[in-house]
Amino acid sequence: MAEFSVDPYADLYARRTSEMAASEVRALFAVAARPDVISLAGGMPFVQAIPQDHVLDVIAGVLADRPEVALQYGGGQGSPALRERLAMLMAEEGTLADPEDMVVTAGAQQALDLIGKVLVDPGDVIAVEAPAYVGALSAFSAYEPRFLQIDLDEEGMVVEQLEDALLRGVRPKFIYTVPNFHNPAGVTMSGRRREQLVALCREAHVPIVEDNPYGLLRFEGDAEPTLRSLDPTNVIYLGTVSKVFSPGVRVGWAVAEPGVLQRLILAKEASDLCGSSLTMLLTERYLTGDTWRSTLTRLVSLYGSRRDVMLAALQEHFPADASWNRPAGGFYVWIALPGHLDAAAMLAAAVERRVAYVPGTAFYPDGRGTDRMRLAFCHPTEDRIAEGVKRLGELLTDEEELYRSLSP
Amino acid sequence: MSGTRVAVLAGGRSPEREVSLRSGHRVTTALVAKGLDAFTIDPADVPLVETLSTATISACYIALHGKEGEDGTVQRLLELLGLPYTGTGPLACQMSFDKVLAKEAMHAAGVPTPPWAVIEATALRDLGAGAILHRLVDRVGLPAVVKPSRSGSAMGLTFVEREADLPHAVMNALSFADAAVIERKVEGVEVAASMVGFPEDVLPLVEVVPRSGVFDYAARYTPGATEYHAPARLESEVADTCNTVATQTFRALQMRDVSRADLLVDADGRPWVVDVNVSPGMTDTSLLPMAARAAGIGLADLCERILGFALSRGGRSDRD
Repeated sequence: MAEFSVDPYADLYARRTSEMAASEVRALFAVAARPDVISLAGGMPFVQAIPQDHVLDVIAGVLADRPEVALQYGGGQGSPALRERLAMLMAEEGTLADPEDMVVTAGAQQALDLIGKVLVDPGDVIAVEAPAYVGALSAFSAYEPRFLQIDLDEEGMVVEQLEDALLRGVRPKFIYTVPNFHNPAGVTMSGRRREQLVALCREAHVPIVEDNPYGLLRFEGDAEPTLRSLDPTNVIYLGTVSKVFSPGVRVGWAVAEPGVLQRLILAKEASDLCGSSLTMLLTERYLTGDTWRSTLTRLVSLYGSRRDVMLAALQEHFPADASWNRPAGGFYVWIALPGHLDAAAMLAAAVERRVAYVPGTAFYPDGRGTDRMRLAFCHPTEDRIAEGVKRLGELLTDEEELYRSLSP
Repeated sequence: MSGTRVAVLAGGRSPEREVSLRSGHRVTTALVAKGLDAFTIDPADVPLVETLSTATISACYIALHGKEGEDGTVQRLLELLGLPYTGTGPLACQMSFDKVLAKEAMHAAGVPTPPWAVIEATALRDLGAGAILHRLVDRVGLPAVVKPSRSGSAMGLTFVEREADLPHAVMNALSFADAAVIERKVEGVEVAASMVGFPEDVLPLVEVVPRSGVFDYAARYTPGATEYHAPARLESEVADTCNTVATQTFRALQMRDVSRADLLVDADGRPWVVDVNVSPGMTDTSLLPMAARAAGIGLADLCERILGFALSRGGRSDRD
């Protein structure tokens, strides 16, 4: 017997799958998903706060009134009525959008994939933030781009770095950014930077992909204008109902200029014909009336309190040489550890202590981020957040001690 | 064996939980295909002792990997409950799973295993061992591989080329266990020797060729990331030596029913034992089922045979 192949497809895989591999960190998350582990890892909305009665009414209403639509295929773009509701969500943040310029997708995540499909050839450059949303990196990676990483500071993307790159002759296909309550960095792009970015990209004819899942989850301060509202022609806007309603319905959307939009719709139809008629109707109905608004208000205040608990616990339990930001909304606090600590290497010990987080390396395509970790305050209760941060603080103290003992 | 009710233990809380669930699913399916009443129990989902005490069970098939499942904890518990179980007994599990103990036992029995040194977390924290870290390198040489003393699936393992990289590698290993084993890196062909029903059956050697060059976690569990050859493409003399060494290993560590030793064959054709497993993976990319297949034994037959050892032994412990 010669070569023994456990995978008869081994020689057949497309090159774009080469990055798709099993990983130790993923394996540890399987343990971290156990209920006895306090997970500060996943960015799961606290859907328990959504009134069950209301959702049941919505579901029953949809099935009673429109079963023939709910159970049938729909159009690739998503129904006009739903798109109107989604445009209304954008108006909440002061962005005007024509429902005609919109395609409904399976979460904003599908929109990321479609953008890659429509815009990216192998070897193309995509400018992303450093760190960047890991799901966008995964979605784009399938189209074999090169990533240009632009640092973030407390005002968001350091636009000067992008400008330098453009001056050096780098030609990104587009700039990908999460301007509000960034995942993972928690930071929000300042008004000044927004103006700067939009002007630079308009000048350079480089479109911006603005991913705004968290915009409506603001705890304090005034909202900055969306990039799309500053330059509708040069910005493709992505939204989602995952954080204002439910990620389980998989409803997101993209707003783009007609040419791009048409290709996105065709790509979407090629990929899945149409979204789920059932969950699109649920979403449309959920966003009708005012109940969703009061529920969202409650959710935002709940997330805000959880953030406060996390920040207080960090102050109390984390070593003095760690630092973090104070997000004004969203789900995440981004921690900078002392450079000699490796958050990925520490994860097993954390899980052993029944607490989990996401190591920073996930958010950089180039292997940076070993001394960073993302903590999510959206899902665990306040008690669990405080306890989880305490356990992590103890771990960090022990790791510091171990490090010192190794470098006497 | 009809009427036999088998609890396949899989999952658990170790970092190898996911791998174990896949192993368990395959074993359960295989036993059901053999007409047995087999079902999976995940000790992280249900209170194990309570579940096993209240159910009527003929035997347990241990498909747990990593701590608890491989270090003798579960085995000891099953003996207390008087339940037959597959695989190695508690003390031998404890010894095999702990690389510090296993290396000593192999060395004492004359099994070739690469030079090694051990550093414990407590020695670093409380006894100032960091000051003599260089002695580990003196003892072992470079390049070296640093592993947690108690872990599986190559988790927490780092290759070290320069002495300066040692502290980071040690910290990585100590995230998984209380001690780190620093072992001289052997360059060569990686082969897995599997045993079923020792001493009668050493299965064909499986040669492992990771495409990335390193048989790490990704290379182990991403289908297509590693090429396997079974039997291994070794000269027959070398293969014989490997089998002899593997048999010596299984004997030295008092392994029974099923186990696997991972060997590296250096440029001179000398095998070195670098790892042992009392609960080898049974997933679709695992080495032991592959070795069995090369011997013409299908998975269902393999699992039934392993279970048979437990049933014939009954619920006795080694001390009975």
